[in-house]
Amino acid sequence: MYPIILLSVLGVVTLFLGFSKSKNILLPAVLFFLVLAIASNFVEWNKGPLLYFYDMLRVDNLTLAFNGIVLLSAFMIVAISGGFQDNPDSEPAEYYGLMLFSLVGALMMIGFEHMIMLFIGVEILSVAMYILTGSNKRNLRSNEAALKYFLMGAFATGFMLFGMTLIYGATGSFKLSHIHGFASNIQAGTQPFLMYAGLLLLLIGMLFKVSAAPFHFWTPDVYEGAPTIFTTFMSTIVKTAGFAALFRLLNTSFSEIYGFWWIIIAVIAVLTLLVGNIGATSQNSFKRMLAYSGISHAGYMLIALTALTKPSQSAIVFYSLAYSLSTICAFGVLILVSKEKTFEGQPNERYEAFNGLAKQNPVLAFVLAVSMLSLAGIPLTAGFWGKFFIFTSAAERGIIWITVIAVLMSAVGIYYYFRVIISSYLKEGDLIKIRVAPFYQVILLLATFLTILFGLAPGVFEGLI
Amino acid sequence: MLTLLLILLPIAAGVLTLLSGERLAKQVALVSGLAVLGVAVATWLQFDPAAGTQFSFKYAWLASGGISFAAGIDGISLVLVLLTTFLTPLIILSAFNHDYRKPASFYSLILFMEAALIGVFTATDAFLFYLFFEAALIPVYFLAAIWGGENRLKVTFKFFIYTIFGSLLMLVGLVYLYYQTPGTHTSEITAFYQLQLPQQTQGFIFWAFFIAFAIKMPLFPFHTWQPDTYTESPTPATMLLSGIMLKMGVYGLIRFLLPIVPGGMEIWGTMAMVLSVIGIIYGSIIAIQQSDMKRLIAYSSFAHVGLMAAGVFSYSINGLQGALIQMLAHGINVIGLFFIIDIIYARTKTRYLDQLGGITQSTPHLSVYFMILLLGSVALPLTNGFVGEFLLLSSVFQYDGWLGAIAGLTIILGSVYMLRLFQKSMFGPRSKWVEGFQDLTMSERAVLLPLVIMVFWIGIYPNTFLKLTEPAVSQLLQMVNN
Repeated sequence: MYPIILLSVLGVVTLFLGFSKSKNILLPAVLFFLVLAIASNFVEWNKGPLLYFYDMLRVDNLTLAFNGIVLLSAFMIVAISGGFQDNPDSEPAEYYGLMLFSLVGALMMIGFEHMIMLFIGVEILSVAMYILTGSNKRNLRSNEAALKYFLMGAFATGFMLFGMTLIYGATGSFKLSHIHGFASNIQAGTQPFLMYAGLLLLLIGMLFKVSAAPFHFWTPDVYEGAPTIFTTFMSTIVKTAGFAALFRLLNTSFSEIYGFWWIIIAVIAVLTLLVGNIGATSQNSFKRMLAYSGISHAGYMLIALTALTKPSQSAIVFYSLAYSLSTICAFGVLILVSKEKTFEGQPNERYEAFNGLAKQNPVLAFVLAVSMLSLAGIPLTAGFWGKFFIFTSAAERGIIWITVIAVLMSAVGIYYYFRVIISSYLKEGDLIKIRVAPFYQVILLLATFLTILFGLAPGVFEGLI
Repeated sequence: MLTLLLILLPIAAGVLTLLSGERLAKQVALVSGLAVLGVAVATWLQFDPAAGTQFSFKYAWLASGGISFAAGIDGISLVLVLLTTFLTPLIILSAFNHDYRKPASFYSLILFMEAALIGVFTATDAFLFYLFFEAALIPVYFLAAIWGGENRLKVTFKFFIYTIFGSLLMLVGLVYLYYQTPGTHTSEITAFYQLQLPQQTQGFIFWAFFIAFAIKMPLFPFHTWQPDTYTESPTPATMLLSGIMLKMGVYGLIRFLLPIVPGGMEIWGTMAMVLSVIGIIYGSIIAIQQSDMKRLIAYSSFAHVGLMAAGVFSYSINGLQGALIQMLAHGINVIGLFFIIDIIYARTKTRYLDQLGGITQSTPHLSVYFMILLLGSVALPLTNGFVGEFLLLSSVFQYDGWLGAIAGLTIILGSVYMLRLFQKSMFGPRSKWVEGFQDLTMSERAVLLPLVIMVFWIGIYPNTFLKLTEPAVSQLLQMVNN
């Protein structure tokens, strides 16, 4: 609860910091705010479960773990944004303010106990993201992406709200525990169709946010069009918060009617895996490929939701962490590389931009390689254990067929992730040097180090949640 | 502790090689390769064949999940560890002929590969096995993709995706088995042995494992990555692939497939056997047609591994013992042959049989070494190939007379392609490509001599190694038959 209050206040403070003459104070201040938020988050560790604001917000170790992932990702993303100093048109104070506000939304989504809280969280997060997507005002692609994201997102929110209304109509409450009570007491012979319909509509809205197929069509265009730093934000924080919310919704309220929804989620998971992985193979743009890879990772996490066994919870936490770390590294390297190279007047985001990276900057090549290996799920990286925990959760439920499909799709994944490694290590490129600010490099190496650490010792967090 | 040392020492040596700079890398790598061999020999001397799995260690890794970092050595593991540690220094030494770019990275990758291979052969935890099984792929992929021939990127990419696909299937099988173990679940291989699975489930698990190992070996029809990869890779990588990595597949069959899913073997064993025998004949016939010497050996290797797999699928003591001794023999012969081809290629700049001829006239040493390794490969009595091939064929024959007869053709076909190789390259009129051909240098002899000694040692007194594996193999079979 503390980080929500802190970030709301500090977001306003950040906006006012924009008036200050000295431009250099902003970035350290925001980083400091985030450190404060992370510290305040863990004050309540092991104190839970606690309920706040008339039982609208729930704080337990699961909430805090997801909060920690989201805040850590935010810290890294803000750190590599470098104060937006290379873009004269940018408005750093507003961007940071919006990022902090959207974090408030994400934290509300993670900790909601009342559906109104979920709705408000989704809206706060999304509205801030619509603006940030379009923040590159003079770029046509950025404007197009923002409009697309906004129109489709508004629709999805509409569905979601409609779904909540129906559920309220059926159960008489917005509270997760009441809905759970209702769902576990369905009399034989009666079918609360309103609740089922409401759940479906609510799921559509949420699945849109985490870009699961067939609600994924906005993802490639929006990810590609948005400035890369905000794409990173979208693909890590929005996704983690979305899955935390989905997990809480299904696990607390609807676990008793598992038989109704599991096959729906299973089919969507398979579809998402197919669309994400097969779509990614045919991309020429690395950034677009990462958008499709984001879709495919949503598919893996949906498998854990499908299973909804005891290991699912820690599997989703671990997977979001592994995925966020690697994604930040991948986009972080992309930002640097595309800045140095251009293609048809635009920053070059194609695979060819990475040719010869190992010679141009060995550290970046290493960071990129580890992040690709982790996303591909090669052993000794965090990504492998993420996939492993997901597969074991499905195996515990006895759904082997979905694991087989997921495994086939991760073999496909290796194809497109390795294209980047091959480009950077085995192909010849221009003889230029790519410079990296030391702080930027420290953040990337930290993320890489964590990826390898969790790959070697996945049990670090064991028993914490 | 010795097991842990065997896994960690090559990793440390690899790091040391990487740090020692481009000029010293070769020597550091060779010395550390020999040091690992020393540890392996020390292990061998302390080893007691009757005592089962020894030198074990176990550290909790995911304590609540029962997954541990556990390894140990029994007879089957020991033979393969000895093979790995014996061949690695020779592979390193054989690379001295070439000036590979970035030698520090090159030699350290070979040593990392050695660590992963030893890990595969000693792991007693299924997930640790899987981890090393995958990890072994990375160094050899980079060896082939950085230092390989012209088509290397395409070919190695195919190889990589092909093999990783297979191991992912195995992962599904392992995860499933893990959840069948009683209590809080464990991933120890011995716990998997105790499982009583329904017949149909065993059929599925059989395929998950079979495809993974069949791709690695490779067996017909999963072999299409192999000839290209062997041909395009630099010779040391080819040696690692054919001499040692291929044995991971056979080892997997013996360690996992047979004891865990004997029921699956009952359903699908015959089919696997037939595929293996098809591979033997198919590989041999293609080998006869080849003009590229490296490709010829690649196909001969494909044929040989088919016979080893057939021996394993016969699940008799002869078949398993034959497969084990043949793994040793094949590793030794194939590395020797690839090295000789590399020598010829380095001097003449061609690998094509129709461009070669008449090399014997100036090279008595090379001819003798070549001939001995070649005879080992065609299984002449008193050479290493004979013992294994004899045991294997007799086991296939006992399994089914017809299959045995067909598999027996390998002896004839094998001598056809091998003698054709020797005749076309070494005898005949002297071709213009072999002008000024020098005989072996000292370092080349230093590689070939130990190999030839082993050819005779295993050929004349195979009991040294058969005795090591016999208790472990008969224990395994007893378990399967129960």
